[in-house]
Amino acid sequence: MATPRADDWSWFPALALGVSFMKCILINAYHSTDFEVHRNWLAITHSFPVSEWYHENTSEWTLDYPPLFAWFEYGLSHVAQHFDKEMLVVQNLIYTSPATVLFQRLSVIVTDMVFIYAVKECCRSVREEKGSKDLLGHPFFILAALLLWNFGLLIVDHIHFQYNGFLFGILLLSVARHLQGRHLEGALLFTVLLNLKHIYLYISPAYGIFLLRSYCFTEDNTDGSVRWSSFSPVRLVALGSIVISVCALSFGPFIAMGQLPQVLSRLFPFKRGLCHAYWAPNVWALYNMVDKALSVLGVRLKLLDVAKLPKASMTGGLVQEFQHSILPSVSPSITLICTLLSIMPAVLSIWRRPRGARGFLRCLVICALGSFMFGWHVHEKAILMAILPFSILAVESREDAGIFLMLTTTGHYSLFPLLFTAAELPIKVLLMLLFTLYSFTSLKKLFRGSLLNPLETTYLLGLVAVEILCEVVYPLSPWQHTLPFVPLLVTSVYCSLGVSYSFIRLYVSLLRQDGTDKHKQL
Amino acid sequence: MENWSLVSISVLLGLTARWAVSLNSYSGAGKPPMFGDYEAQRHWQEVTYNLPVHEWYFNTTDNVLNYWGLDYPPLTAYHSLLCAHVAKLINPDWVELHASRGHESYGHKLFMRATVLVADLLIYIPAVVLYSFYLSEGSNKKKVCTVLCILLYPGLILIDYGHFQYNSISLGLALWGVVGLGLGWDVLGSLAFVLSLNYKQMELYHSLPFFCYLLGKCFKQGLAGRGLFLLVKIAVTVLVTFALCWLPFLSDPGQVLQVVHRLFPVGRGLFEDKVANTWCSLNVLIKIKTILSTDTQLYFSLTTTLLAILPSSIKLLMKPTLWQFKLALVNSSLAFFLFSFQVHEKSILLPALPVCLLLNDLPLPAIWFLQASTFSMLPLFLKDGLLVPYVVTSLAFLFFSVYLLLALEHCSEDKLRLGPYRRLLICMPRMDLGRVIKWKFYFSITAMAGLSFMSVALAPPAQLPDLFPLLVSVFSYLHFLGLLLYFNIVQIAEPPQSVRKNQKKSN
Repeated sequence: MATPRADDWSWFPALALGVSFMKCILINAYHSTDFEVHRNWLAITHSFPVSEWYHENTSEWTLDYPPLFAWFEYGLSHVAQHFDKEMLVVQNLIYTSPATVLFQRLSVIVTDMVFIYAVKECCRSVREEKGSKDLLGHPFFILAALLLWNFGLLIVDHIHFQYNGFLFGILLLSVARHLQGRHLEGALLFTVLLNLKHIYLYISPAYGIFLLRSYCFTEDNTDGSVRWSSFSPVRLVALGSIVISVCALSFGPFIAMGQLPQVLSRLFPFKRGLCHAYWAPNVWALYNMVDKALSVLGVRLKLLDVAKLPKASMTGGLVQEFQHSILPSVSPSITLICTLLSIMPAVLSIWRRPRGARGFLRCLVICALGSFMFGWHVHEKAILMAILPFSILAVESREDAGIFLMLTTTGHYSLFPLLFTAAELPIKVLLMLLFTLYSFTSLKKLFRGSLLNPLETTYLLGLVAVEILCEVVYPLSPWQHTLPFVPLLVTSVYCSLGVSYSFIRLYVSLLRQDGTDKHKQL
Repeated sequence: MENWSLVSISVLLGLTARWAVSLNSYSGAGKPPMFGDYEAQRHWQEVTYNLPVHEWYFNTTDNVLNYWGLDYPPLTAYHSLLCAHVAKLINPDWVELHASRGHESYGHKLFMRATVLVADLLIYIPAVVLYSFYLSEGSNKKKVCTVLCILLYPGLILIDYGHFQYNSISLGLALWGVVGLGLGWDVLGSLAFVLSLNYKQMELYHSLPFFCYLLGKCFKQGLAGRGLFLLVKIAVTVLVTFALCWLPFLSDPGQVLQVVHRLFPVGRGLFEDKVANTWCSLNVLIKIKTILSTDTQLYFSLTTTLLAILPSSIKLLMKPTLWQFKLALVNSSLAFFLFSFQVHEKSILLPALPVCLLLNDLPLPAIWFLQASTFSMLPLFLKDGLLVPYVVTSLAFLFFSVYLLLALEHCSEDKLRLGPYRRLLICMPRMDLGRVIKWKFYFSITAMAGLSFMSVALAPPAQLPDLFPLLVSVFSYLHFLGLLLYFNIVQIAEPPQSVRKNQKKSN
């Protein structure tokens, strides 16, 4: 036997070390402006007193993460000064000395230890089926591989440059603690996470309702509904004090300095448009597409006057603010209402019938995906918030595995435009193939059979065609110069079909569970 | 999981590592007027595309041989021509005569890197997969692990995708030769090997074992009957392949002589730069280069090389099995590296290829050798700005080969075939040789790490500017010499009966 037995965990460090080597070898790859963003934050937190952090605006990339993340950068900056002091000078815009690159890359790789630890905790909490003797066939091994080698995290963190590994580590650790029944720790970790990056607010409804329902109420009625008399005020106070003390630690100093409005204005900039420069594959991408199609059709049929149409909608494509020409424009409050409506049934469902930590996890994934589908100015990277936690469910149930394959493959493919440089094209294709091949073969083996129907398979194979069309054929064609935005548009619209489909299927599986539960009671 | 998916994953990992290394710098980047091997390869494209065949190897006004003149056999030139045609399609500036000299750009780097990847994907990688699946022993998982470890060997990745060369073509063709011979397709095997020889003359290091194995096989089949037929078949294949490769040059003997003269530049001396072979290491003690005349050096090195190869070749001739063949390949190419004339540090890749083939049989010595071989090229990597990929790929290879091949657990005297040493050391106190080897391995890896660190971090003393490169090459030389002895002893001494039976059982 070339591989060790399953009962010792020596394979886990090997898997983690392997991916760390992969990250290290990407140190000299392309990095986006996010690299400069984080360098600037290092410089700001290092050079200025706390009171200046959220006022400083030498660079256009001002600090727009919550205070705990600023403290995190502050801590990093103390290590950074041993690599290259120049990177800590605020005026040194777009500073990329080799030592700076090395330090920033290594800081992401090292803080990923949190993620690695969290993955290990998740793997320990996975339900185990008896039978398979082969290490590679165990759900916990597959989960570890799916999480550690996640394609999205690799390219977003270690090529594009961000600190998601560390943040998702905290999220997964919190989920693992809930799976292990250590709810207070889970709540603490999530509060810390919220104070590191506020995008996780989107999944806070799942946390709030779950903790209130399953932790503060200690007992259920026989039909699974809440027994009001079992409410435990002590638990609520414990939870509340954790949340309040962490937030006080984070925001307290700024409240004391009277800077809260300034901080909040940095955290929630509503000046940005409905969609990011590249449309995330969500409902609004489809909405924009329909609008565009209608306007083109309208012009063709002479129902519309070209001169009256908003300019941006016809000429550009990569403009910040997309102006709708036919359909009504969408305001932030409408997206908020849509998001809330989309997650409402899932949240209500875990209130009525909690189904333990796994029910909570499903609700969390739906919240993440719902906000991705309907949110304001969503980044394509946000899909990882659904994909990573969903991996845990995927190794436990056959149906989830099928949805997972649809969601990850389209979601990961939709990240391709993040890396647009020619030199990184082979890397992203190879890594994507690596992850996709592994996820398909391992899950298929785990559940002994095909997980997708022919239509789904055809759709996923279509991604190959889209990729060839967008990155090989189109750049060679004459339209590249006249209509440069078409590949992005096609990618975004094609992927949004798959993501929407996964979202609907996820909902159907949740409602069906509700249905069967009701049926059982009758 | 099925085999095909595990193999695909291994291959994808190997490819990703290769491309990630290729994002780094190459030899001579931004260093006019001579640049480096990258420019040499580009220049060959320029020359072969723009000049007629009979001018390729000659010094003319359009082809100044002092500036990276072609000094590889015709197949390299044809390959350059092929690449040049593709380059011309993409951007004619890349191969413009004279004007393109020293051309460097983002797009061109990408193109050059892609040509290496394509060649690797077509030639080397399939050969590795075939070899591991059909010619190595053990369970399927073990075979997959072998594929992964061979593909992750850092030396080849760093030289081809960092420094910039096409070793994967010559080594890949040689490996196809091994696969052919191993599977009993002797004619195809010799065809592949002749092609590899015609791609890079350094493949001569491997030629003697190929010759001895095939001749030995003919002897075994009886020179009066089938053996003779086989011999004729192989001889005809070799001659015809050679003739085809050299066809454009055969019309004029002057052409052939000039090409041969370019391939074997005898005038360049016993060694250049720092290389981990006998002559360079000996030079620390005795200044051979000044004592002996060039001719004497040549004969001297030729004699020592032949003497060093002789035992393993005779043994192979008498017993032409795959196991003997693989070891003879190591012994022959390593002897050439250590003793022959005009050796470059990159030539260590030639012994490294057959050592890769032993990863499955003798994990620890093979890993040890491969690490030392990568380490021996450290000064080159530092010059090319490949420190980060060197560190990462070396650590990754060390960890994964030791972990996946269970190198430190298969360390008993039997597994390491240390029987003959035991007999030699009969007077010594009884001790576990396997454990001694293991400790030596730990010590050597630590020393390599230490020397690597010192080469990077410390400034050498003013009177000894070459201190670190010299230390690196002498230290690696000691490894190579020790392992040459070891592999020779393993080859000459038959494995004890019990070990062989056990092996059969475990299959």
